[in-house]
Amino acid sequence: MPTKQTRITQQAGRYGEFGGQYIPETLMHEVKNLTTAYEHYKNDPEFQTELRTLLQKYANRPSLLYHAKKMTADLKGAQIYLKREDLNQTGSHKINNVLGQILLAKKMGKTRVIAETGAGQHGVATATVAALMGMECEIFMGELDTKRQALNVYRMELLGAKVNSIKTGTGTLKDAVNAAMREWSRRTEDTHYVIGSVMGPHPFPEMVADFQSVISQEIKQQLLAETGKLPDAVVACVGGGSNAIGAFYHFIDEPTVKLIGCEAAGKGINTNQHAATIERGSTGVFHGMKSIFLQDDDGQITPVYSISAGLDYPGIGPQHAALAETKRAEYVGITDDEAVAAFEYLARTEGIVAAIESCHAVAYVRKLAPKLNPDQIIVCNLSGRGDKDVAAIARYRGKEIYD
Amino acid sequence: MTNNKPATTLTNAFKKSSKTFIGFLTAGDPTFEKSVKQILALAEAGTDIIEIGIPFSDPVADGPVIQAADLRAFAAEITTDKVFELVAAVRQKSQVPLAFLVYLNNVFKYGYEKFFKRCAKLQVGGLIIPDLPFEERAEVLPFAQKYGVALIPLVAPTSGQRIPSVVKDATGFVYAVSSMGVTGVRDQINTDLAKMVAEIHQATDVPVAIGFGIHTPQQAARVAQVADGVIVGSAIVKIIAQNKQQTLTELKKYATAMKKALSSRLNKSK
Repeated sequence: MPTKQTRITQQAGRYGEFGGQYIPETLMHEVKNLTTAYEHYKNDPEFQTELRTLLQKYANRPSLLYHAKKMTADLKGAQIYLKREDLNQTGSHKINNVLGQILLAKKMGKTRVIAETGAGQHGVATATVAALMGMECEIFMGELDTKRQALNVYRMELLGAKVNSIKTGTGTLKDAVNAAMREWSRRTEDTHYVIGSVMGPHPFPEMVADFQSVISQEIKQQLLAETGKLPDAVVACVGGGSNAIGAFYHFIDEPTVKLIGCEAAGKGINTNQHAATIERGSTGVFHGMKSIFLQDDDGQITPVYSISAGLDYPGIGPQHAALAETKRAEYVGITDDEAVAAFEYLARTEGIVAAIESCHAVAYVRKLAPKLNPDQIIVCNLSGRGDKDVAAIARYRGKEIYD
Repeated sequence: MTNNKPATTLTNAFKKSSKTFIGFLTAGDPTFEKSVKQILALAEAGTDIIEIGIPFSDPVADGPVIQAADLRAFAAEITTDKVFELVAAVRQKSQVPLAFLVYLNNVFKYGYEKFFKRCAKLQVGGLIIPDLPFEERAEVLPFAQKYGVALIPLVAPTSGQRIPSVVKDATGFVYAVSSMGVTGVRDQINTDLAKMVAEIHQATDVPVAIGFGIHTPQQAARVAQVADGVIVGSAIVKIIAQNKQQTLTELKKYATAMKKALSSRLNKSK
């Protein structure tokens, strides 16, 4: 897969000042091995063919690019297209990256994979592919998240994975990453750490972006085939930023295409309960990368909040930090209320129950579409399906339903 | 000139008749005042270098014992500025060689220039930054060199051929990590420490101390047969965690026993 992001890459693993490999020496040897292996296999036609076959025959790619005509008519503006990553095997975009990484791990001779998960989608995807490829699998998940997403915990166990509930820190995604990194530093010989987003030390951000870039590759082909045009805007939700970078990737070098990332503004970016990293964060070094983080004056990472367990991460991938700094992409905050309203709106208007994460992007499309003309096109990435969120949304609306 | 460099205080701590004992504790655990007293107690009992941990919200290289210490320090509202004040309080009574264990983000956010300048002023000899491998050292090294503060490199059991690059430019001492994983006491250390230390000695003249997992005097004595010193963290933090009336006495007793184990039967290897 060619690296399209040359414009924001100055050296390997750097995107402007962001990126790098800020990890303990205990992990450096393995991260170097991984870099070498990835450099080799990304140019290996056999590996790419194997991956493409898995994506098509197992993960149900290409995913649909759906023209949401009712939504378009209702919003009275731009044509709205939904990229249906929610229809992938396991119900989210996470499978794209997991298939790539576990195939790579297998080539490297690994027999065990570990992963962090927030909402559980990355954990489920990892457990799924581990089952498919006969790998031992252990998932690290914050204690709070295991409660919010109890069904996904059982789903991972059903797929043969061991799920570790992490009680340290805030019991959410960042703590799950800490625990997975600690575990990896203990055992690298047979174990690959399948990082679920465009974060961590090089080569992870580059590798994950490459694996997710299939999203924008398909959007481009599908939209050109249907309309003969490029989109005017691509909108995606951003936690760590993997579905967004996948949706942006092949449009980064197309200056007419606006790229918009939607962060979780939780209860509002003027409260202390949000996860709006780009709007409220500052440059720092954490989880192996230099990027933008929500932190205090001393560099302590601050607790984050979002109704969505997949977006409440206090940082963002280094490519996004660079895209924000160079103003190539724009990042906006969407509150819990707006996301929940979009969740309900999409269900009633198009009959699609999308993940609450993805509904942050849908919420922004509702604001943006009326400002554009009917000959303009917005592509919104529906990164995942919303079955996992139904009970939580019911509770948000005051109905006590549990999974 | 060279002798005035803070880093030299660390190297000099290895020029003794016994092996060097390096003790770790977290700044502010459980309070500012108690930390000062603990450091002075360890120094009084013969601890050669005291490694002060600056608490971090997400210490990915640390095990549960030090994670808990960080939380206690935050409960005592420790900030980076307070850590420097704490060191200043120690310096009023003791010139014991000091180093910081600090995650890079705390230094980065404080500002490299300001951080190293304050270290030099307080004669803090070096920084152990667990998430700064040599690949990323270039952004910090000029400040370390300007103020003569050591960037103490960590060598892991898997470092192998990386060792010469990792210890290049080393001052103060080299921190050899005995085992994979995070900090914390271990009953067994399976790494070939003699081989690892020999490889480090081949690449640099600065002394080598071994840390991670060491807790008993017997273990320390065994490990010290191949190294210039030993580093003990979690075992000390566990004594502090009990927060008893006699904590200071117990710290002194522990440090004395460790020091004794490091002096008996052994001669300096270099």
